[in-house]
Amino acid sequence: MDTPILEMRNITKTFPGVKALDNVSFRVAKGEIHCLVGENGAGKSTLMKVLSGVWPYGTYEGEILFEGEVQRFRGIADSERVGIAIIYQELALVPEMTVYENIFLGHEVRRGATVDWNETVKRARDILRKVRLDVNPATKVKDLGVGKQQLVEIAKALSKNVKLLILDEPTAALNETESENLLNLLRELNRQGVTCIMISHKLKEVISIADTVTVLRDGRTVCTLDARKGEVSEPVLIKHMVGREIENIYPRRQRKPSDQVVFEVRNWSAYSPTLGRQILRDVSFHVKRGEIVGFAGLMGSGRTELALSLFGNAPRYQVKGEIRMDGQPKQFHQPADAVAAGLAYVTEDRKAKGLILIQDVKSNITLANLREIARRGVVNDNAEVKVANEYRVSLNIKTPSVEQKVRNLSGGNQQKVSLAKWLFVKPRVLILDEPTRGIDVGAKFEIYTLMNRLVEQGMSIVMISSELPEVLGMSDRVYVVAAGRIAGELPIEAATQEKIMELATG
Amino acid sequence: MSFVQDLQKVLRENVREYGMYIALFVIMAIFAVLTNGLFLSSRNISNLINQTGYIAVLAVGMTLVIVIRHIDLSVGFLAGFLGAVAAIALVQWKLPVPAVIAMVLAMGTLAGSITAFLVTYFGIPAFVATLAGWLIYRGLLQLATAATGTIIIPNESFNAIGNGYIPDLPFLGFLPGHGLTLLLGIVGIVLLVLSQIKGRRTKLAYGFEVLPREIFVLKLILLSAIIGVVCWVLAGYNGLSWTAVIVLLVVGIYHFVTTRTVLGRHIYAVGGNPEAAELSGISVRKITYVVFASMGFLSALSGILFTSRLQSATTTAGTLFELDAIAAAYVGGVSAAGGVGSVIGSLIGALVMSSLSNGMNLMQIDISWQYIIRGFVLAAAVIFDATTRRRGR
Repeated sequence: MDTPILEMRNITKTFPGVKALDNVSFRVAKGEIHCLVGENGAGKSTLMKVLSGVWPYGTYEGEILFEGEVQRFRGIADSERVGIAIIYQELALVPEMTVYENIFLGHEVRRGATVDWNETVKRARDILRKVRLDVNPATKVKDLGVGKQQLVEIAKALSKNVKLLILDEPTAALNETESENLLNLLRELNRQGVTCIMISHKLKEVISIADTVTVLRDGRTVCTLDARKGEVSEPVLIKHMVGREIENIYPRRQRKPSDQVVFEVRNWSAYSPTLGRQILRDVSFHVKRGEIVGFAGLMGSGRTELALSLFGNAPRYQVKGEIRMDGQPKQFHQPADAVAAGLAYVTEDRKAKGLILIQDVKSNITLANLREIARRGVVNDNAEVKVANEYRVSLNIKTPSVEQKVRNLSGGNQQKVSLAKWLFVKPRVLILDEPTRGIDVGAKFEIYTLMNRLVEQGMSIVMISSELPEVLGMSDRVYVVAAGRIAGELPIEAATQEKIMELATG
Repeated sequence: MSFVQDLQKVLRENVREYGMYIALFVIMAIFAVLTNGLFLSSRNISNLINQTGYIAVLAVGMTLVIVIRHIDLSVGFLAGFLGAVAAIALVQWKLPVPAVIAMVLAMGTLAGSITAFLVTYFGIPAFVATLAGWLIYRGLLQLATAATGTIIIPNESFNAIGNGYIPDLPFLGFLPGHGLTLLLGIVGIVLLVLSQIKGRRTKLAYGFEVLPREIFVLKLILLSAIIGVVCWVLAGYNGLSWTAVIVLLVVGIYHFVTTRTVLGRHIYAVGGNPEAAELSGISVRKITYVVFASMGFLSALSGILFTSRLQSATTTAGTLFELDAIAAAYVGGVSAAGGVGSVIGSLIGALVMSSLSNGMNLMQIDISWQYIIRGFVLAAAVIFDATTRRRGR
């Protein structure tokens, strides 16, 4: 029973500036369902990427043993060869191809030099029966719902004679029934001898399915609990997930938001035509002058989508609801409208959506408000340099000059440039989406200090953050978002990590 | 640091920017030697500039199209078709020249806007949308010239656009050759030197890195020499042509717009990162319209220049212009990844490509070999660009 199929010993993985995994050990017994839990950024996905060879041997320290043998995977192909299959949150299927083509993609059934399509379809039918998916194998994957696509992924893994199946948040996009079906399937596969590792945020699911649970926190293994001995319960898991000392990295401020509501959203709903599902339902919230409002929630809960849909709706969702600024109803047809009304949005993904990496610091800072430094459409270069230098000094952006390309700056300094761009717009409501993601502690502290300075000057800040200590350390009030809804509102005095987690995972 | 070391450093750091100028210079020097100086004769240089004109204006517009990550294949036959429209308007409808020019330019702008509409509203890839335009304008050109075949234009003032020269001023008779051309050259040099000195002073005032003094002086001397020599050479024949004036105006205006104005910044922002630009409150749709409309406008201008140069509209006018313009832009350093490319660069690119044709024609090299050699030069230019870019410059 207790022979390990997998042992990961003392795994350490460093990214520039961040230790994502710090001496993690992880052991999975043959034939069990092992759940891996932890907060966002605890290192779960990184650990699985090390295991599957996405981060090849040599880019991490430590040892991986699979079925008793030391493994040095140079890529996913190597880990697949020994029988490890991983299914990511974002499905890796080709939408325009049929179910059977997808199942055997990369290891096609051959007859001589050509593909044996008849044999392919026959085998696909057998595997689909195994995962209890009743569709014609010739259906295109794009015509299936997410739940069924998930099953195709599992079928694909099974077609490779998988011994260890890893699922990263498999139920994140599924509804209740679909989730239940999937869990039942996992149980059945498990009985047939497939060992499973499942990453999940939904603790109820974890409790219902796990034989063993390992908790990661801040890139370290906190503990491994045996569910069969009754060691696992929701409060225990939450305690281990968040039970860290909150370091005092949050500068104090005079908390005195006024009662004047600056920004208000009522019954806001959004439907994504590309995803084909409702992503926001009936969201209502308000922000007062001089207030920092935290938006907590799990990844994929819809917080970024909420911000984007409010900020001129660049992703072109079908939206419904009401936006008010200072009590006046507003409609934003494009981001420019929102900017004009005094809204600013600092994206979570500064490289893809925030900055123009091939341009220099000054052009990035002035981009959203060029007219301020232009006369009759002609940019005043000197004024631009002056403005950029002011922000360079006040935000302490470390760059040789404002003519340096943003691409060459570190993450923290890039984030400051991104912030500077929006401060130059002089907004009244500033939406910060994961303002400190991927930056070091020093830069974090500077950004927190800046946020305090801004609210004391009367700006209002909406802070979306997946780091609970940050939410608790900086907010005046917290909204918890779960599955596209506001799951709860907590005054800061009543907010604890446990409570937020409970609402977010509920 | 010594002067030579400074020079080496500056050249090394700006190898991409200066690469094109050096390439143009080398190509011209080679042809000068191989044709015993015939290539650099006043008459030939004047001819070369007039030949380059209608491609150069297209290359300028194409630069912006490629900067915002699109392409326009329809420009060649659009130019050809609008040239035929101009011919018909002049010859059959007997409209005055200014009215014809205004009408044709407006039609070009409209055509560009239609492309932008297809690209932004329906989300059709520009490659496909403009390939459709390529077919349609080709058909329209053949329809327009079907009844008459080649339409000869007997209008002298229209034909002067592509063949004529700016008049000389009588009181400049004491200057050798074409006086006004020399005068304009001198004015150009003075303005250039003054603006360069002013720019350097401002940069110094802000504490920015500037070229070392000796290098700066050398740069001024070189630039002045180029303007001076070109004007001197042109003054030795008929002076500055109207085509050259138009191209200089177009390049000057586009250079100003792209480097100095809010609109220009927005265009490059959209090219550099459309998502970031949109989220910064820039309308990507609007910029797409502006860029394609300008492309259509310049296609019309190109059609006028070409038709005027031939003094007639032909059934095949505009064939392959689009590919020449795209080649010129790439030789001039635009990047298909978007957000990178300069109007001046594309002008140089156009000059490089037409110098090759012109020089090889003078040497009576077989047309097949001309294509092959131009292909190699295009590939080499882009390889040079890609490798220097990878080094982080």
